[in-house]
Parts: sequence; C-alpha cells; structure tokens
Amino acid sequence: MSANISKATQKQSRPARTIAILALVLIGFSIFAGLASATKVKLGLDLRGGTSVTLTPRGTAGGKVTSAAIDQAVSIIRQRVNSLGVAESEVSAQGSGTNRQIVISVPGDTGDRIVNLVGQTAELRFRQVLASGAGNAKSTSTGAAKSAASFPAGVTAALDSQFAALDCTNAKNRQGGNVDVPTSALVTCSRDGGTKYILAPAEVLGSQVSKAAAVLDQQGGSGWMVSLTFNGDGTKAFGAMTTRITGLAAPANQAAIVLDGLVVSSPRIIEAINSGSAQITGNFTQTDATDLSNVLKYGALPLAFDRGEVQQVSPTLGSDQLRAGLLAGGIGLGLVLLYSLLYYRGLGLVSVGSLAVAGGITYLSFLLLGKYIGFTLTLAGIAGAIVSIGITADSFIVYFERLRDEVREGRSLKTAVETGWQRARHTVLVADFVSLIASILLYFFAVGGVRGFAFTLGLTTFVDLFVVFFFTKPLVTLLARTSFYSRGGNLSGFSAKSLGVVTGKDVA
Amino acid sequence: MALSGIGGRLYRGETSVDFIGQRRRFYAFSLLLIIISAAALGIQGLKLGIEFKGGAAFTVTSPNATIDGADQALQNAGITSEAIVQKIGTDKVRVQTGALSNVQSDTLKANLAKAYNVQSGNIDTLAIGPSWGKEITKKALYGLIGFIIVVMLYLAMAMEPKMAIAAIIAVVHDVFITVGIYALVGFDVTPATVIGFLTILGYSLYDTVVVFDKVRENTRSITSTAKQTYSQAANLAVNQTLVRSFNTSLIALLPVASILFVGAGLLGAGTLKDLSLALFIGLATGTYSSIFVATPILATLREREPAMVALRKRVAVRNGGTPEKFASEVIPGVVTSTHSKEDRVRGPRNQPKRKHTKKH
Repeated sequence: MSANISKATQKQSRPARTIAILALVLIGFSIFAGLASATKVKLGLDLRGGTSVTLTPRGTAGGKVTSAAIDQAVSIIRQRVNSLGVAESEVSAQGSGTNRQIVISVPGDTGDRIVNLVGQTAELRFRQVLASGAGNAKSTSTGAAKSAASFPAGVTAALDSQFAALDCTNAKNRQGGNVDVPTSALVTCSRDGGTKYILAPAEVLGSQVSKAAAVLDQQGGSGWMVSLTFNGDGTKAFGAMTTRITGLAAPANQAAIVLDGLVVSSPRIIEAINSGSAQITGNFTQTDATDLSNVLKYGALPLAFDRGEVQQVSPTLGSDQLRAGLLAGGIGLGLVLLYSLLYYRGLGLVSVGSLAVAGGITYLSFLLLGKYIGFTLTLAGIAGAIVSIGITADSFIVYFERLRDEVREGRSLKTAVETGWQRARHTVLVADFVSLIASILLYFFAVGGVRGFAFTLGLTTFVDLFVVFFFTKPLVTLLARTSFYSRGGNLSGFSAKSLGVVTGKDVA
Repeated sequence: MALSGIGGRLYRGETSVDFIGQRRRFYAFSLLLIIISAAALGIQGLKLGIEFKGGAAFTVTSPNATIDGADQALQNAGITSEAIVQKIGTDKVRVQTGALSNVQSDTLKANLAKAYNVQSGNIDTLAIGPSWGKEITKKALYGLIGFIIVVMLYLAMAMEPKMAIAAIIAVVHDVFITVGIYALVGFDVTPATVIGFLTILGYSLYDTVVVFDKVRENTRSITSTAKQTYSQAANLAVNQTLVRSFNTSLIALLPVASILFVGAGLLGAGTLKDLSLALFIGLATGTYSSIFVATPILATLREREPAMVALRKRVAVRNGGTPEKFASEVIPGVVTSTHSKEDRVRGPRNQPKRKHTKKH
C-alpha cells in the first residue's frame, strides 16, 4: 500500500510540474514582450482607419508583365509611399510570379492622395508641340489650314483627323495611360481638358531626370512648381531640343511636358536651355507639386496598373468596427462560459480556466507576431479568433464527454482521466489537424482580409492544441485527485445523476 | 440536468435512435434539400457582392444623411446604372454602384463630399475593378478543390479510406445546401461569405471526425465478437456521441451567433455579418450531416464488404434467426442490396479489417 502511494505521488508531481512550466513560460514571454515594448496589438486598417489599394499589373506597349518588372514597381511604389512620411505604411507583392498583385496600405486619412500617388505610372516626356487647339471636338486641327499641303511640319492627314475627332471636354478621353509611345507622334489633351495637341516624338525622357523638387516660384508668381535637374544625356537632349525650336513660329516653339500621356504644361521656349534644368508649372497646390516631384524623382513604373481593390476606411468606422468585434467576442465568450458552467458544473471551471489560458497565449502571440513578423489584427482576424472560441471549447467537450463515458463504464475518475484522455487525444488531434489544413489552404489561396482570418484561425488552432495538452489535461488530472471531483458531488460534473448512472457505487 | 441523464442512457444503448436503419428517410430528405438548392441556384443564381462583379461602395457619415443628397451626387457625376442608395442607421448613407472608372469614382466621391459637407477622406470607400472579382473567384475555387483533396487524403490516412469518402460526401452536401440557401434567400455573397463557407468545411469535418472516431472504436473488434453488425455498432456510436455532437455544435454556434447579432445589429452590412451568417447556416447543416448523412453513408459503404456481410449472418445466427429473416426485420434495404453481391467481390481491399488496430 505504501509503495503504491509513493508510486502514485511520483506520478502526481508531473501534471503540477507541467502547469508550473507552462506558467513560467507564459510569464517569461510576457516579460519578453514587455521588454521588447510589444505592448499593443497592431491593428489592421479596417480597425483604425486607412487606405489600402491593390494594384494588378497590366502589360502595355511599353513593357510586358515580368517578375522583375513587378519587383521594380514594388520598390518604386514603396519609395513613393515612404515619401509621404506616414508611419507603418506597407507595400508588398502578394501571389507568385507574374500573377502577383501589389498591395499598398497606409494608415490614417491620406485618402485619394495615396490612391493617385501609387497608381500613377509617371512616364515623363518632353515633346515639341506641332499643333494645338481648343479642347472641344468641334475645333479642327491645324489652324485654318484644311488642305493636306498646308499641314504644319510633321503632321500627317491621319494625325490631323485623329486630332479633329478628339474631344478633350469628355473626361473619358483624359484618362491618360498607355497611349504614349515615345518614338511616334502623339495626339492628346491637356490635363484640364482645355487644350488639345499634336506632339512630335519625345526628345527627352523621364529616365533622364536625375532630381526633382517642389519649389515655390517667388518671383514669377506662378505658385508651386516642380523643378527638374537632368542627367548628362538629358542635359544634352534638352539643350538640343530647346536650341532647335526656340526660333520657330508658335506653336512649334513650345515644349510640351507630357506625363502619362497627358500634357501638364507647354511652355514657350524663349532661349536655348543648356543648364540641364527645367520647371514644370501648372496651377499646382503645394501637395500636388510635392507628390509630382516625388513621383518623378523615383522614376516611372515599368508597368501600368489597374486598381483591383481600393478600400478607404475612416478612423470613425475603424473604431466602430473594433468595438463591434470586441463586443461580439465578449458576448460569445460569455455565452460559451455560461453554457460550460451550467452543463459541466465543476468541469466547466476547467473550460473557463483553459479558455483564459488560451486567450492569454493568443493575445501574447498577437503582440509578439505583430512586433516580429508584422502581424496586424483585422476585423476578419477578430472574427477568426471569435469562431475559434467555439472550436477550442469543443476540444474540451470532446475530452469531458470521453471522461464521463469512462466513468459510466465503471472506471474510477483517476483511471478515467487517463483512459479517456488517450481516446480523446486522437479525436482532438485529427479534428484540429483538419482545421489547420483548412486555415493553411485559405491562407495560401486568398488575398487581403481572408488571409487575416485564416492566419488567426490557424494560430488559435495551434494554441488550442497547446492548451489541451499542457493545461487542460494536467489540470483535470490534478482535480481528479481532489475529493470534490472524485466523490462525484452534485456540482462536480460527475454526479451519478448527471451521468445517468443507475447506481452510485460505480462512481468511485 | 435532464440532457446529461439522457447522455448516460444513450451511452449504454438503453435509449437509442435508429439513425442508420432510418437512413433512407434522411437520404431522401437530404436529396430533397439538394434538389431545392440546385433549382434555386439554377433559377435565381447567387447574388454576388461588388467584390465579385466589380463596383464601388461609398459610405458617408453625416448628421444630415439623406438619400436625396446621394441621388443628386450620382446624377451630377452622370452615374445612373446599377446605383443603389441605402440609409444605414440614423447618420449613414451607403451608395453602391457598378464598376466605375477612376475618373468617375473620383468625381462621385467629390460630389458626395460636397453634398454632405464632409471631408473626402472621411468617406468610407470600397472600389473593386471588374477583373478583380474573377481573380478572387478563381482563388476561392482553387482553395475549395485543394482543401477537399488534401483533407480526403489526410482522413484516409488518419482514419479509414471509406470514412474519408463518407466525410467528404457530407461536406459537399453541406456546401451545396448552404449555397442553395444563399441562392434561395438572396443573401449577398462576398469574400467574407466565402471565408465562412470554407471554415464550415473545416468545422463540419470536425464534427464528423468526432463521430467517426467513436464508430471506429466500436467496430474495431466486431468481427471477432460477432455481437453486433457494423450498422448496429455504428448506430450505437452515433447515439453515444449524440450529446457530444449537440454540445460541440451549440458551443461553436454561440460565438457565431454573437458575431451575427453584433455584426448585423451594430454595423449593418459588412465582413462580420456576411461571415457569421454563412457560418451559422453552415454549422447547422454540418451538424445535421455528420449525424444523419455521414455515418449512414459510412455504414452503407462498409456493409457491402464481404466480411461485414458474413458478420451480419453470424450475428443473426447468434441471435437465433436465419440471416435473411433477421436482415429483413432489422436492417431493411441493406441486405437485399448487398446479399447478392456477396460472392462477387473479394479482392484484398475487401478482406476483413484488421482486428487489432493500434491502440491510441
């Protein structure tokens, strides 16, 4: 008998030790999180307000969609976004190979500015103006000249009829984009739609610009403008262009500055410019000028992009969604705990404790993952966490019901804890593994919000396994040794009545 | 507690519902639901959200939120097609349109900002390009197919191949009926709904795994003891896990219900509502299918094995009746359909299952 007891006590020390180690590990991680100043869960844009844009690359005459081009685009867009100076902005490519999307997320209410900034191709060209006219469709072409012979130099009949048909007052014709092939002439509108142009092939390209800055024109009174500095090639080309056209008759002495196929301004060139610098004017606000200079500074995107998804969440809606998510979580948790306690009585306390531990571990993971791999909690993520409350509690139920089955078969609670566990363990492992497969596949096949959900679901499934093995099971083992549970009292969850056992003697 | 008392009687088989014996009824019921779902899907189709078909939604929060203001803004921007203006709560107006060009979208937004006298940055916007939806749909489909294949392989390894088949049939059944309900009622299908669907797959399987685990345990040594047929042992397993299934489903449903309640009540349309609605409907069908569909299908599949047919005879003899008589009394349908095939199939795969499976 005494040998039995000592053997039993030896075994008894293990569950307590497991729980103690778990507690130490958790405390250790908490301190670590505190020291690493990971004290706040990083919230997604839908919970704190912000703009997210998903861009899908589109091949153009200028370039095919290649993996390298996408990488280059990501780095250019990243520089543009960083130029805004908003903390925690993110630019990333999701997907694989050429089938990738670029996802940009910027917190706060930068709004439309960011949308325009990132999507803009920013292909800059300097072209000589061959002809210009009022923006409406009625305005015909090349001044008064109607006969082919009197077209200005460089203008063909085809260009002229294209010019005549163009109606710049219609916003649809002012979308710019991929119409701008540098080596051929171009018929296009000014940005505001007031003027239309026939332009000669490009002579200076955006890639020949080495610097760009927004400056306020103090003397000339033309307000904010963008000042450009060319590199060696650019200086030569721009010098040659200005030297050639400066003596010509209007409008051929104008140099059009074309951005993404639309004319920003078309200054008259009064003298040859060999200094290697130029200014772009055009009724800019300070913000416009700054954004344009940034876009030009970091170069044009190698690809055109379609806006796949644009989502702007105001900080008000963000905090509403956060509150709603937390409230739903609170109510859900409360209901689960209440049901556990009502149905499983004493065992319900184990659920409460286990869920609390699971909650603690999940919160810690959010903190640390936010700090080290940039995990952000989104509304879908919160939903995933709430759904996992149920799934986590389910694994306790699977164990509890097994335990009660074993007791029904006449085993003592102490034995039942072990035999029941062996059977429940398999069920829990298989079931959780299926959940895990689901979340991994969801994660890899989805973009955006779905990913957040999948990630949280997967994470909490791991936490569930962890808690069941290292907390719930040892705790039940410990409790089974207390007289409260092993006597099978009314409140323990093992009473003969609640188990439906006919004779009380079965419950040892 | 009355329910836990029932749990004991169910466990010992004193109270028992004949799920397997009545399976034709359940099959018929499920078939009816599937036909209704297919009809709803064929006739009405799914009502896709703007995320799938492309479009834009703007939500303005303003104390003087009126529908007129939004109508005016739409008109001024020259957008007439597919526009829906809704008032949400007391201070929100939601404008939903078809796919817009960048310029149209910017114009409409500026108009709305002017009409309600708010900053453009405070208008909550969701704009989806027309090709984007196709991308998402494609990914969701890949996810679904990948999931079914991987899970089937896993279950076949972790449990029994026929269990994997039965479990997947039950899952497909759930998805079909849930999609059917969406088509019938006309709920919006958004990416959040799709997440919900995919989560249900996982959950429905969780439930089925719990039941099948017990079936496996109960049927492990039936061929040596010859006390029960496979169907009887499986039926006992379903009954024994009934309380567990009820509790796990209810507990899973409680948080989902609270998301649905809060999401629909406080936020109106959005991620939370769409997600939890799909989960809610799916969990209900998932629970139904793991009890009424998955296990009966498993029993049907297994009863065709020669070993199980032989077992049925032995059990019948042991119980003092002729096999045919017993079979026609207790499990109608099964024997008549399999008895004649008894000698035809006897490959290695149909040999009796290992009696002593690894104990867990």
